[in-house]
Amino acid sequence: MSALSSPYSPAANGRSVELKSVPVLLPDEFQSLMLESVASHLRVSSYFGMSVEGGTDLWAVLSDDLRTGLRFLRTHIDSNALPSLTPRCPQVHLFEREIAEEFGIRFEGHPWFKPVRFHASWIPSRDAWNRPASDRPVVGVTDFYRVEGEEIHEVAVGPIHAGVIEPGHFRFQCHGEEVFHLEISLGYQHRGVERALLGGPNKRTIHYMETLAGDTTIAHATAYSRIMEALGRIQDPARAQVIRGIALELERLANHVGDLGALAGDVGYLPTASFCGRLRGDFLNMTAMLCGSRFGRGLIRPGGVAFELPPDRAGQLLKKLDAADKDLRVAVPLLWDSSSVMARFEDIGRLSRETAVQLGVVGPAARACGLDRDIRHDHPAGIYRFSHIPVSTWSTGDVFARAYVRWMEVQASITFIREALQSLPRGSIKNDVKPQEPNRIVATLVEGWRGEVCHVALTDAEGRFARYKVVDPSFHNWAALAHALRNQQIFDFPLCNKSFGLSYCGHDL
Amino acid sequence: MFKALFARFQQGHRTMTFPDGPPPEMPDHFRGAPRIDPSRCPDECRECADACPTDALRLGAQSTSLDLGRCLFCTECQTACPQGTVTFGSDYRLATRDRSDLIVGKDDPIKLAGKLEAKLLKLFGRSLKLRQVSAGGCNACEADINVLQTIGWDLSRFGIQIVASPRHADGLLITGAISRNMELALKKAYDAVPAPKIVIAVGACAISGGPYIGHPEVLNGAGALFPVDLYIPGCPPHPLTILDGLLRLLGRIEEGSRPSSSSG
Repeated sequence: MSALSSPYSPAANGRSVELKSVPVLLPDEFQSLMLESVASHLRVSSYFGMSVEGGTDLWAVLSDDLRTGLRFLRTHIDSNALPSLTPRCPQVHLFEREIAEEFGIRFEGHPWFKPVRFHASWIPSRDAWNRPASDRPVVGVTDFYRVEGEEIHEVAVGPIHAGVIEPGHFRFQCHGEEVFHLEISLGYQHRGVERALLGGPNKRTIHYMETLAGDTTIAHATAYSRIMEALGRIQDPARAQVIRGIALELERLANHVGDLGALAGDVGYLPTASFCGRLRGDFLNMTAMLCGSRFGRGLIRPGGVAFELPPDRAGQLLKKLDAADKDLRVAVPLLWDSSSVMARFEDIGRLSRETAVQLGVVGPAARACGLDRDIRHDHPAGIYRFSHIPVSTWSTGDVFARAYVRWMEVQASITFIREALQSLPRGSIKNDVKPQEPNRIVATLVEGWRGEVCHVALTDAEGRFARYKVVDPSFHNWAALAHALRNQQIFDFPLCNKSFGLSYCGHDL
Repeated sequence: MFKALFARFQQGHRTMTFPDGPPPEMPDHFRGAPRIDPSRCPDECRECADACPTDALRLGAQSTSLDLGRCLFCTECQTACPQGTVTFGSDYRLATRDRSDLIVGKDDPIKLAGKLEAKLLKLFGRSLKLRQVSAGGCNACEADINVLQTIGWDLSRFGIQIVASPRHADGLLITGAISRNMELALKKAYDAVPAPKIVIAVGACAISGGPYIGHPEVLNGAGALFPVDLYIPGCPPHPLTILDGLLRLLGRIEEGSRPSSSSG
């Protein structure tokens, strides 16, 4: 270990630090510190590469949920290989594959070393799989895990699925109807956002943020705006913080309610499916009351929010919220009262708490395994520092738990919005944005409806983005879906899939 | 069971009467069809074009135009312009049959979509099955297509259905900028749709690439691969904009018409 008193740089959600204050560890120091930290309850929120002179810098952002802090770890490698941490720290499995694909670094000993999004290496001279630079990788063309045996059959689904849903490829290894293993291969929605963010911000940046995952516009735009505010050393006004909170909870409501309806639909229970399908639209319309867009486009901007919420509008919103609340309290509990629904929800797609911890699962999927991780509670920012929202957990880790946690969160979000609308602070809604400070790093965490949204920005000598890393909660959680499917019946896949409700575009970027 | 029956009564009948009745009320801040008035544009002013994230504005002496196929309806141009050259209105009707009809200027308002040719209209007018393919977008267009299938909108009352197999479909409903990684799958889906078939591009991505215009990872919209029969702009388009476009294509709403508004 170096002579420095602290091998990592202590930080917090939305507080920027100087790049030079983060010591450059030797690769083995970096790796053992990461293992130690994860062994003592820290989570890997982000882990990414960055091209620098003479090689690649690797950065990790670790979250300490118990002590409300973040740690930045950094190392430099000049070779193109590193021992894989995945066997001892499974939650980095996809991060290592991502770094390999982008920067041509081989992680030796990685148990399943494959591309993530099927694009060419960002470093033309270096490819982790020694593929010739002239051949563009073909999506989905790769080795898949196979179970061998006379009675084993393989089912391949996608990239195009039956419904109105994003593309992805699923391979099931089945014995009869029983799934022994599911492998998920994505990348079909890859549109090169992170690479386009380099050198920013520019006039397109906010629009990239709002479309990283279209159903998570508010959470991603908030994470970005807080990055810009930290780099410009400003804060959003109190009134804007409350409006951001209202918008974030409305986003959660629309999606949770939509998912509860879709789960009902997946088990053929049409009353709740119909009611919730409509109610989801009511919540989207409430977001449109704030800013004209059902997805919150144009609302969240660095420095605050772009639309005022006048008292009469707040009053109308409250009325709509009360009406939707009343309908929901009839529509959703029908699920828990119907034995035909509960028979399909309970004990299906079980994810153990241990597996969830190992994979670094976030959001309602983690809370449904009894893990009380929630950024609004563990790393609060904005309005959540003053207005506390209960962390909703359940212990069984099955489809029921993931549905029921959503229902508890729906109720908590409604209460939160109701209180926020009645106590909107006075004052401006937007502060002027200041130029970004050069040579700094900042990470922001936001509890989106799927879980932790993590953005990290590193600025160069001019304050431009030398790297901008986005981690959508889906990036952590897709592997959990694969695990939950083990030893399940293949016909339960749509139900299990919806119970995790993951984003393809947020993963593929 | 009694609880379910009670719930049914409590929730009531929710399907809107549009297009026979008024359209649903649009939010105050809704950003719909823009008006362009370059008469006060000073020479050499580029404020609006420089602010546009997707280069949707073309400047010219008194002939400034806005390409709604590229427009994200973010209103950055409206905010940047000191003269009020571009103002976004509340008209939700935006769909066109031709790509060039999406380019609006002072004397060129949107030429709204007309109905299909007689032969196709005879085939699809009362029953249109569409296979939706999502190819390199953000899933917001998909979400608002899904909304059309809920009880409030009930797309099926027009004989329009989203079907699971392209072989059961009369056409494709495409969203997304067409990522290179979806090119092959999308072509295969198109080939699997029996002729005659139509293609509908929903959202800025599927029309032009949207926020991802020019990325090497995308093909800048469905037009790169197939002839497109209906363009529905927006980022994402409001469900009413999508429905209006589909109904115009089927001749259920005639050119230029607008059902009486609920607010008069």
